[in-house]
Amino acid sequence: MDLFEYQARDLFAKHGVPVLAGEVIDTPEAAREATERLGGKSVVKAQVKVGGRGKAGGVKLAATPDEAVARATDILGMDIKGHTVHKVMIAETAPEIVEEYYVSYLLDRTNRTFLAMASVQGGMDIEEVAEKTPEALAKVPVDSNTGVTIEKAREIVAQAKFPAEVAEKVAEVMVTLWDTFVAEDALLVEVNPLAKVASGEVLALDGKVSLDENADFRQPDHEALEDKAAANPLEAAAKAKNLNYVKLDGEVGIIGNGAGLVMSTLDVVAYAGEKHGNVKPANFLDIGGGASAEVMANGLEIILGDPDVKSVFVNVFGGITACDEVANGIVQALELLKTKGEDVTKPLVVRLDGNNAELGRKILSDANHPLVQRVDTMDGAADKAAELAAAK
Amino acid sequence: MAIFLTKDSKVIVQGMTGATGMKHTKLMLGDGTNIVGGVNPRKAGTSVDFDGTEVPVFGSVAEAMEKTGADVSVIFVPPKFAKAAVVEAIDAEIGLAVVITEGIAVHDSAAFWAYASSKGNKTRIIGPNCPGLITPGQSNAGIIPGDITKPGRIGLVSKSGTLTYQMMYELRDIGFSSAVGIGGDPVIGTTHIDALAAFEADPETDLIVMIGEIGGDAEERAADYIKANVTKPVVGYVAGFTAPEGKTMGHAGAIVSGSSGTAQAKKEALEAAGVKVGKTPTETAELARAILAG
Repeated sequence: MDLFEYQARDLFAKHGVPVLAGEVIDTPEAAREATERLGGKSVVKAQVKVGGRGKAGGVKLAATPDEAVARATDILGMDIKGHTVHKVMIAETAPEIVEEYYVSYLLDRTNRTFLAMASVQGGMDIEEVAEKTPEALAKVPVDSNTGVTIEKAREIVAQAKFPAEVAEKVAEVMVTLWDTFVAEDALLVEVNPLAKVASGEVLALDGKVSLDENADFRQPDHEALEDKAAANPLEAAAKAKNLNYVKLDGEVGIIGNGAGLVMSTLDVVAYAGEKHGNVKPANFLDIGGGASAEVMANGLEIILGDPDVKSVFVNVFGGITACDEVANGIVQALELLKTKGEDVTKPLVVRLDGNNAELGRKILSDANHPLVQRVDTMDGAADKAAELAAAK
Repeated sequence: MAIFLTKDSKVIVQGMTGATGMKHTKLMLGDGTNIVGGVNPRKAGTSVDFDGTEVPVFGSVAEAMEKTGADVSVIFVPPKFAKAAVVEAIDAEIGLAVVITEGIAVHDSAAFWAYASSKGNKTRIIGPNCPGLITPGQSNAGIIPGDITKPGRIGLVSKSGTLTYQMMYELRDIGFSSAVGIGGDPVIGTTHIDALAAFEADPETDLIVMIGEIGGDAEERAADYIKANVTKPVVGYVAGFTAPEGKTMGHAGAIVSGSSGTAQAKKEALEAAGVKVGKTPTETAELARAILAG
């Protein structure tokens, strides 16, 4: 889960990374009081989870509380690369910036370790620095069991060749930033820029944090950081039912078991769609291993409730999941929707293989539902589902 | 001969007395796995009856190894306790730890991987978030259904559980030497490369099927490895061509970040290494079948 800048700022502050004062607001009028609290001037910063907001006009200086209201009025509702601005941060104005640096910690999947990255060329896109002047970006592996002590931090700072007068201050930031990374179960903590200001202090002026949702069991505060308003309503409904769902922009609804098989199903449907009016998968939905009839019914209800869906492909290979449970789930879901008075008209193509496949197929045959048809190969079923979606 | 797991493997189950552990211990026993014990400190000294097979419960992995000679542990403990369970297996220096658990925090898996490395990697870790591995006709360590296929000459390595089952099913008439599910998390123990090396060295494997998916660069690195080191034919499949950027597709590790980790890049890397890559699981199986038919 990627956080907004103001949320990253709050986490940095909590763990001792030096930041400027700031608060988040969602109405222009609130900018006045917030700016007054900061002594009468502020920076108004759009909160969007995408880079390049400065160039897009999403960061403005306000010399008075009135000006802050005017700038907040301009920025709230602005569209930045397809992201609508719903919140702005009213931040303390930075003292005169002398230099801008970059520091981060992230997971290095390739080497199965954490990595510290640091550069004296901050304030710009770090991927550009990595590409154009890779020697200017120090990358230092960090063993998660020993972590970042002040000695380790000094090693990172030395490798990145920070100027002597800020080296110790940056090393201290590297320690507190590591504390943030570990304590919050983050996948990424990034400060860009880390600024040296005229007084000689270093300050985190902007940052990014991405959190590991698998750690939610020990991070009770993280749920509140979710941007529920931005979630697609179907994704939100699926999440409420503990379903692993991602909305896509096609017409064929997909339900399957196991992340790999469902990803594969999306691809196979897209290929089949090339022959049928270029229809595409409408979603990713993994009902998981050992899914019950109830889970199947919940999934189907979400998919059938998506107005973009024209046909549905249920693709199950029963490993732990039993195909008879899946078949019962389909039959029950259709009955349930009928009793709710919903008019189900979308055709379903079902492919069942593996554990109890014969039993599952028989349940579907016996139910003889007019909207359900069985195709017993994955490629064949994908083709049929694409054809039905194209015909609608 | 198979890789990593044979009929001689003595298997213990960490988390055997939980619901999932009970269910799958029973299934593994049914597939002929030599399960010699379970581990649960609170139930040490008791035993569990699985349809007439009494399986003793030990207080620790070390104790179970000492009393039974166990060399493989299958781990079913919940995410919250998984790190401690894996660290215990590493400390006991068991040869193979198969971590089935899904949903382990990355800071925990990175920590146990770093710990295993610091101990000289005496314990091979498979997973986490994987279905385990099976050597058909000999032993099953995990949750792969034992009745899909028979012993044969194909080796399979896959990030995905259900695609493992699908591929075993497609090629069920030919059979498999071993099938290894390495898991879909960002940090995993055994990699595609480790399994490729083992299959290359296994005289009873004639062809290798490798299944990958979006995220990371494991497939690209496997392609480099194949080019330099693998003489046996390799057939590949990659899932996730239609996955949008920045969205996690079920597996915690299955995410395209910017332009990296795409299925297209993985396919191209594999093809450049001489691997035939199928567009669908069925087409991939056909490619394997054609190669084996000569």
